[in-house]
Amino acid sequence: MTIRTAAPAAPRPGVVSRLARVLPIPAGAGMARILVERNAMAFRHGWIAFVTGLAEPILYLFSLGVGLGALVRTVTTDGGSVVSYAEFVAPALLAAAAMNGAVFDSTFNVFFKLKYAKLYDSVLATPLGPRDVAVGEISWSLLRGAFYSGAFLLVAVVAGMVHSWWALLALPAANFISFAFSAVGMFATTFMRSWVDFDWINLAIQPLFLFSATFFPLATYPSGVQWLVQVTPLYHGVALERGLMLGEVGTGLLVHVAYLAVLGLVGLVGAARRVERLLLS
Amino acid sequence: MTSDEPLIHASGLTKRFGDFEAVKAIDFAVQRGEAFGFLGPNGAGKTSTMRMVGCVSPATGGELRLFGLDPATEGPRIRARLGVVPQKDTLDEELTVEENIWVYGRYFGLSKPQVRARATELLEFAQLTERARSKVEPLSGGMKRRLTIARSLVNDPEVLMLDEPTTGLDPQARHVLWDRLFRLKRQGVTLVLTTHYMDEAEQLCDRLVVMDHGEIVAEGSPRDLIREHSTREVLELRFDVDDHAELAGRVDGLGDRVEVLPDRLLIYTDDGDAAGEKVHAAGLEPLSALVRRSTLEDVFLNLTGRTLVD
Amino acid sequence: MAADPTLPTAASTRNTPEPFPRSRRWQPVFAFWATQYKRTWQGNVVSRFLMPVMFLLAMGLGLGSLVDSSSGGVDGMPYLQYVVPGILAAQSMWVAMGESSYTVLGAIRWQMQYHAMLATPIGVADILIGHIGWVASQIALATGIFLAVGAAFGAWASWWVLLALPLTVLTGLAFTVPVFAFAATQENDAGFSIMFRFVMTPLFLFSGTFFPLDQLPAFLRPIAWVTPLWHGVDGNRDLATGSPDWLHLLGHTAYLLLVVVVTGWLAYKAFRRRLVV
Repeated sequence: MTIRTAAPAAPRPGVVSRLARVLPIPAGAGMARILVERNAMAFRHGWIAFVTGLAEPILYLFSLGVGLGALVRTVTTDGGSVVSYAEFVAPALLAAAAMNGAVFDSTFNVFFKLKYAKLYDSVLATPLGPRDVAVGEISWSLLRGAFYSGAFLLVAVVAGMVHSWWALLALPAANFISFAFSAVGMFATTFMRSWVDFDWINLAIQPLFLFSATFFPLATYPSGVQWLVQVTPLYHGVALERGLMLGEVGTGLLVHVAYLAVLGLVGLVGAARRVERLLLS
Repeated sequence: MTSDEPLIHASGLTKRFGDFEAVKAIDFAVQRGEAFGFLGPNGAGKTSTMRMVGCVSPATGGELRLFGLDPATEGPRIRARLGVVPQKDTLDEELTVEENIWVYGRYFGLSKPQVRARATELLEFAQLTERARSKVEPLSGGMKRRLTIARSLVNDPEVLMLDEPTTGLDPQARHVLWDRLFRLKRQGVTLVLTTHYMDEAEQLCDRLVVMDHGEIVAEGSPRDLIREHSTREVLELRFDVDDHAELAGRVDGLGDRVEVLPDRLLIYTDDGDAAGEKVHAAGLEPLSALVRRSTLEDVFLNLTGRTLVD
Repeated sequence: MAADPTLPTAASTRNTPEPFPRSRRWQPVFAFWATQYKRTWQGNVVSRFLMPVMFLLAMGLGLGSLVDSSSGGVDGMPYLQYVVPGILAAQSMWVAMGESSYTVLGAIRWQMQYHAMLATPIGVADILIGHIGWVASQIALATGIFLAVGAAFGAWASWWVLLALPLTVLTGLAFTVPVFAFAATQENDAGFSIMFRFVMTPLFLFSGTFFPLDQLPAFLRPIAWVTPLWHGVDGNRDLATGSPDWLHLLGHTAYLLLVVVVTGWLAYKAFRRRLVV
């Protein structure tokens, strides 16, 4: 305890932090990536739960794609092409995997850190600010979502369910899905009072999973319901992934990207503001 | 800023939560190198004050300066020079002991080699070297507290702020912790701490303020406070009665002042033994009679009519 | 300063309750969990009620329209009537596993409600019976609601489906009781996420719920036969479609009962080992 370390150098802000600065968002020190580093360190102690999360979408892929696929045979997509059921459902499950991975991390894990571990209390006693907390956690969810969707895509390709080179873009597209859902998920989490409130998260996620043109095309829905489906976020993720993985590409896909990006930014700003309100009162 | 200017300076500092005024326009100044304490019962406004000084809670009114900087605009720059030990340990239970220090150092912008070197030193200081690779959860309360202190020192802070540093620890663990804090003080670290233990305040603080209901009711060194607000000795009497208040009238006048507690009577006097003899002479037969020196507890009782710990 | 209220100390003022018979000692345990539930039912009842309905709509109607137009349903019946009895059984598994994992470990380790009960005349067997009874009542409630909803959508072809109520509760118990036994051996909740991912989800997807077992590779079918869910799915389907094969149903019931009894004994042992030390 006699050596005095040099005064900490002023940290250089990361790319995401610099982007976040243009938003009307509470202060930060541009050091969100340190929080990502902290999560990566914690992940080394809990990787089993992380990696096994991959099992669910893959099980769904084989159950529905192969087992049910034998009953359904072919599907006419909303884009007009006729494909096997496995090819039809794989992009939707990829989108759902990106959503689930992001939501799990930004809701359950963030709630635990916020209310029980008091992680952000200790982070905010350092130069980091609420913006760093929001950007850091959402970036981490993004990485996690990217891991799940990447591994899922690989399985789908190996199983012969993907035939278009556009599918290479499915991964960056999945990042937009993760971003939108992790940001909104974290925002929603800041309003939670106890674990009981998480029933509401399930209640939001389940219908999105089942009714976003995931398992059957939009044309199957009654026409009065179709517009409702088209307003919901996962629908845009599914439509984006399906367009890319089936090679039905058009400028319309950019609408889906824009929808997800805007949703994500709104969630990010909201989350940072709520963290500030909750912890810096 | 010049060297004789206080490190922390507050005037009219106020904190309101809705209608509730937790801190009521208090003034204080902390000089470099001193150990400064806030003594008071739970709910006196100590933690609210500490949070404002730690730049994690904006002041509702008044002025606050740390190192001559304004927390409202310079929060991150000030926090970079502070070490904070909150009332409840906020250790990262998903990480190991050494990882806790590494990550915390990174929050201050230290490089990876710097935090590793620093962690080795700090674990040594906190007597936790053998537990470096252990998870946090199985550590004892005293160890966790020491780790929190070690962590708060990672940025080599000019001011270390401790909120109730030994609450909930057993006596032995408290002494170990006090010893570590003494060492820091000798090395010139400025300590700011809150406590509701008078022995802790007497052990650690050069100077302290007594807080009650959001206000500062007295200020000075422990010795000065005792001299000013209490007598040299106290005679504690216990009787076999349901209510000690009924006997208060009968011991009135045997000392400078009498306080009635639920389980005993306190007679404040400069000569406890003499007062004891007067009690017997008055025909009273207490179950026990004890003469002791005045403490900050008595100062508080005198100033507010209430005890510190209830 | 006012005197503290005096405590009753004389023996005559003590109010020791009459010892109550062994056979009724599970009842306060059941009542305890019911009281707990009163504080949290809102979010729970909605998700529990809506989840299976959503699956009914998505799989029975949405996906059903694809299956029916491609292959004319399954075994000659519309896909809706094929899949909904399966979802009925699967939902009892969800409720069963959800109610008996975190709650049981919590009562042992975090909130320690079991320990509080054991400090009274209540014993380990009473704790098990009372708590499992409570979960069974929850399964029965969820099943009853779902039977009514299914009827509204025309998912049942026969009145025999009413017999699916006891069979579904039994199916749920064949998950509840082993999960009780498992939870009592756990130190933290890490094992549960593995259980949900590697037991519940695969069973849900591969126990004949969504497609006939003969779609599975031959070597996987015997695995499905061993799992309680397949027995519940197959039995429910038999009843709901109005062609009950009584011998089959007897077999399913006997197998599920066997699971409950054997794992019940294991659960009792695990509880004793954990709580009576």
